[in-house]
Amino acid sequence: MATMPPHDEAALKAQHDQLEELIARQADQLQQQQIDIELLQEKLTGLQEQLLLREKMASLGELTAGIAHEIQNPLNFVNNFGEVSAELVGELREFAVPNLPEGDQEEANAILDDLATNLEKIVYHGKRADSIVKSMLQHSRTNVTQKEPTDLNELADEYLRLAYHGLRAKDKTFNAQLVTDFDAAVGKVTVFGQDIGRVLLNLYTNAFYATQQKQKQTANPEQYRPTVWVHTKRLGPNDIEICIRDNGTGIPNEVIDKIFQPFFTTKPTGQGTGLGLSLSYEIISKGHGGSLLVETEDNSFTQFIIRLPV
Amino acid sequence: MKILVVDDETDVKALFEQRFRREIRNGDISFAFAHSGEAALEVLQDHVSEFVLILSDINMPGMSGLELLRRIRSTYPVAPPKVMMLTAYGDDENYNQAMQYGANDFLTKPLDFSLLKEKLKQTL
Repeated sequence: MATMPPHDEAALKAQHDQLEELIARQADQLQQQQIDIELLQEKLTGLQEQLLLREKMASLGELTAGIAHEIQNPLNFVNNFGEVSAELVGELREFAVPNLPEGDQEEANAILDDLATNLEKIVYHGKRADSIVKSMLQHSRTNVTQKEPTDLNELADEYLRLAYHGLRAKDKTFNAQLVTDFDAAVGKVTVFGQDIGRVLLNLYTNAFYATQQKQKQTANPEQYRPTVWVHTKRLGPNDIEICIRDNGTGIPNEVIDKIFQPFFTTKPTGQGTGLGLSLSYEIISKGHGGSLLVETEDNSFTQFIIRLPV
Repeated sequence: MKILVVDDETDVKALFEQRFRREIRNGDISFAFAHSGEAALEVLQDHVSEFVLILSDINMPGMSGLELLRRIRSTYPVAPPKVMMLTAYGDDENYNQAMQYGANDFLTKPLDFSLLKEKLKQTL
């Protein structure tokens, strides 16, 4: 084997070093690319989950609306027959009972009392079911109204007061601090005003409810100050944001994935339909192409963020 | 005053007869019932002049209430009976169509019987 001349050896070493550097650089690049790919993949998975959720919500919405229509007819009969039967009981008492032998009248009246009470219950629970069906049907509203330029700050303010006074009408002892921060740059936005109002009302009602619950649970109620914040912001030429925050009970981790599902509710039976947030989600995403996000910490705060394209 | 009620739900008969018990007893109102648009046309064929008012559901299998309305208007242009449409789907499309075909009124289900009684009083 021939030995190489010294100058060749030096040249070779330089070449070798150069190559090694190149390889190292390429290895770095590869690694960076791998990280990029992994990040991209994560992003893709996230997007895919969002898409799946959106699809699921859309089909659930259609399904609930279909079921609601089917239930409404028989339910109308239950309510109507219940009401008319109550009228008939009244007539029986008025016209038939006085003609009974004296000794039988008391028993007849007692039975009629029971019948009247039962019918009252049938009508009461029928109306309750009816209001659930009505909320379900709102899922399928065929857009009869047009999108119109709407002052979102005004809307947000109006519904905040509406929600607060609605709650105060039911519970006079409840007081909360309302903090508003409206960005004038939001201006008029073309939306289905009534629908956005419904979303806001839902979110405010939930926020007040969360603070009310916390006040009931907390050890030192006098130190707790129920507060609901709302702020609006123009994010860019084509985006605006409405943020609703409360210092209430927060949403526990176990249920955070379920809050947008129809019929999911943490309220006691009869107090919530579990349709408020699913409906809100649908209005914001399907109706306006926006997004509804939630941030929360158990027993500390909840914040809903509505982003709308303008 | 004779009223023809058209609805595919047969329980509507019992409901109307009980809701209007007093009026029927006093002879102020009498009812006839048809369970489809086709059956309603048959009833009207020989007795159209007897009916002051036709109250028809829109969503029925077979002939829809809107189609029934259209046929009533084209078959009996002289001394036309009043027609009120009734639907659970109170959307604009149904409403506009009903008005275009010449409905006298448009009511949504669940039917508010006191409102209906009020309207009937005005018709009387």
